[in-house]
Amino acid sequence: MIRTRAVVAAAATLTALLVPLAAQAQATAPDMVLARNLAATCANCHGTNGNARGDMKPLAGMPADKLIAMMADYRAGNLPATIMHQIVKGYTEDQIKLIAAHFAAQKPAK
Amino acid sequence: MTNALHPTRRRLLGAGAALGGMATLGLAGCATTGGPSIGRVVVVGGGFGGSTAARYLKMWGGNVDVTLVERNAQFVSCPISNYVIGGHAGMDRITRGYDGLKALGVKLVQGEVTAIDAAAKKVRLANGTELPYDRLVISPGIGFMTEQTGGLQAQLDSGRVLHSWQAGPQTAALRKQLEAMPDGGVFAMTIPKVPYRCPPGPYERACMVASYFKQAKPKSKVLVLDANPEVQSKKALFERAFAQHYQGILEYRANNEVKEVVTQGSQLVAKLEFDDVKADVLNVIPAQRAGDLARNTAGLVNMNNRWVGVNWLTMESTAVPGVHVLGDATFSAPAMPKSGHMANQHAKVAAAAIIQLLKGEAVNSTPVVMNTCYSFVTRTDVVHVASVHQYDAADKTFKTVPGSGGVSAAANQLEGRYALSWADNIWADMLALPA
Repeated sequence: MIRTRAVVAAAATLTALLVPLAAQAQATAPDMVLARNLAATCANCHGTNGNARGDMKPLAGMPADKLIAMMADYRAGNLPATIMHQIVKGYTEDQIKLIAAHFAAQKPAK
Repeated sequence: MTNALHPTRRRLLGAGAALGGMATLGLAGCATTGGPSIGRVVVVGGGFGGSTAARYLKMWGGNVDVTLVERNAQFVSCPISNYVIGGHAGMDRITRGYDGLKALGVKLVQGEVTAIDAAAKKVRLANGTELPYDRLVISPGIGFMTEQTGGLQAQLDSGRVLHSWQAGPQTAALRKQLEAMPDGGVFAMTIPKVPYRCPPGPYERACMVASYFKQAKPKSKVLVLDANPEVQSKKALFERAFAQHYQGILEYRANNEVKEVVTQGSQLVAKLEFDDVKADVLNVIPAQRAGDLARNTAGLVNMNNRWVGVNWLTMESTAVPGVHVLGDATFSAPAMPKSGHMANQHAKVAAAAIIQLLKGEAVNSTPVVMNTCYSFVTRTDVVHVASVHQYDAADKTFKTVPGSGGVSAAANQLEGRYALSWADNIWADMLALPA
């Protein structure tokens, strides 16, 4: 199974490299809509498009790697939290990546 | 949803042709302003669901024609209203305006919807105005089943008994009754059987009234009469708060359903199955169903003669095509709370789907919604419950993710600050409030 998966992954990587850039951009377009929808589930606390008010952490413009790493730490219990350790476990790692991509692309307001 | 795609496009083109200049709608695909409108959406109800839908339709859809019909001039929030009832903030803390939505280009209509013609796709208002739509969004909130409790409707009509389960004048009036009550008085509140709006809300209210009595009227009592067999949300945390902070002030009684409400001199009497409870201030939270707009005007109620069934991918009613229903009025998915936070999340699923339907595109097949609810147990200390709900394609419903969500380890002040920040963020998110 592991070998099969590795082969499939390698093939996918190769395909990705061979696919022209324009086609790739097309292929990623729907994902950004999904990313937008997923990130909107965070807005109730973290503000519209991550522009938070008050004591909540702003996410707009946060580098994707940083957000992904923080979520991994919440998931693992390595980062103290009141609530995020419970919420992060409701999202898949792929969903977290999409959410991170959306917030990284947002300009902080003001 | 793919098979709904073509009929939708056909209907849209038909509507566009009828309107002349809109023949290209649905095909433009671009979301920039200035181009032709991709469709008309009428949203009825400017609460957590409807306002969010209007805001996100504009933000995500670009040139969607959005009209929001709301009967009140201002939005008053149910979340944080118990904090006001406890005397810890004024009505201004939970009141916000609709100017942010207007600035986004949402057409605000203050009025009452009296008829919906789903075949002709038109909404009629009390003043005779007709609003045509391509898609209709209804966020009707709750209605009260006052017929289940003898004498209740007359007491509510007279203002003697308050529900305060829709924020606004009822919130301010309950605060006034508590202020007018002499020390040594009894405040009794009744909780209906589930499901009702905001599962932890009644227990938070009991704590907030008790916090006021403890500080200002220490000889007074809070009596909680719960029709349910136990505390329905954050049970251990509320029970700890009752014992830790309100011993001798607050009494909780399970399995106590109010059957009738009568006046006796200056007092009110809640008649239960086996005994009567006298109170100086009586707050009855009636049993609930989908709001009257869904029930009487739109014919949307098709679940248990009480709630509105929806397609969770689009929030479209399973009873009336083209009508999307949000919030507390829906027949909840398993473990999905009826809350303002959840209504906001419903609205985002609906807004994304409506834009895709108007453009003739397939809708998102993997939506996610989540809920966070903070409850004050003292003026400063708060407890939360959180859940995440992923769409399950096999069962066509949202399901909570095993191992996710949960409640606070203990009441704490940090979450007290987060609770108020949550409110400021969600109000800004739904109403497009300026920073």
